[in-house]
Amino acid sequence: MSLFDAMDIAGTSLSAQTVRLNSIASNMANANTVSSTPEDTFRARTPLFKAVLEAQFGDDASKMGVQVDRIEEVGGEPRAEFNPGHPLADEEGYIYRPNIDVATEMVNMMQASRSFQNSIEAINTAKQLAMRTLTLGK
Amino acid sequence: MAANGIDKALGISPQVLALRMKRMNLLTANIANADTPNYKARDIDFRAAMASATASQARLDATKPGHIAFSGSTEQPQVQYRRPLQESTNGNTVDAQLEHAAFMENAMRYQASIQLLDNRINGIKKAIKGEP
Repeated sequence: MSLFDAMDIAGTSLSAQTVRLNSIASNMANANTVSSTPEDTFRARTPLFKAVLEAQFGDDASKMGVQVDRIEEVGGEPRAEFNPGHPLADEEGYIYRPNIDVATEMVNMMQASRSFQNSIEAINTAKQLAMRTLTLGK
Repeated sequence: MAANGIDKALGISPQVLALRMKRMNLLTANIANADTPNYKARDIDFRAAMASATASQARLDATKPGHIAFSGSTEQPQVQYRRPLQESTNGNTVDAQLEHAAFMENAMRYQASIQLLDNRINGIKKAIKGEP
């Protein structure tokens, strides 16, 4: 049991939120990626978080980090758009756009960056307390 | 914990620090899992945990034949689940604002204990050296 455990826990959150930010960035970057078939069209992905009682933390139940359980495809079916002049149009003249709501992705991004900041704050406080403890009696 | 003179001179501050650290881990876990579906925020009742940590010999008497002997450790504080003010749709009960406030409060009280411990150690040092 030490203040470093708090840093470990917050650290797991940092990496989980980074995965989330990465997937959001990829979703937004591919929001306008068109394709010829619905199957090939890009789908929005989002990580699912899971609380994890890591073995490295020992059997102390107070140390519960977070990790990415799996990455799931979300969002609806690709939207078909009639655009016969497009180079990627199929025989019937349709192209397919991914069903990505950029506003939702932006909101998710804000949430992820807030959570990231919160964890940073927790690490900073833990560090200050640890430094203060080290200088005890000086 | 050895009950020598120095330990007595430091008072209950060491136990306080250990418990504050434990609580900090719990609160950090709550903050880290703010976006985890179905995660339930947890905390300890500090007063009860402190009482059991400072009680020199907590025990339960078996006064009747049917009673079961108490063998549990009183050192580990009871971790409890927070009752959410408003539950979110994904089953998560972390209230970020509440956890932040509790985290900062815990950190400040930790520093207060450190300050007390600091003063005591300096006092002991002065007593050992015989300086005014």
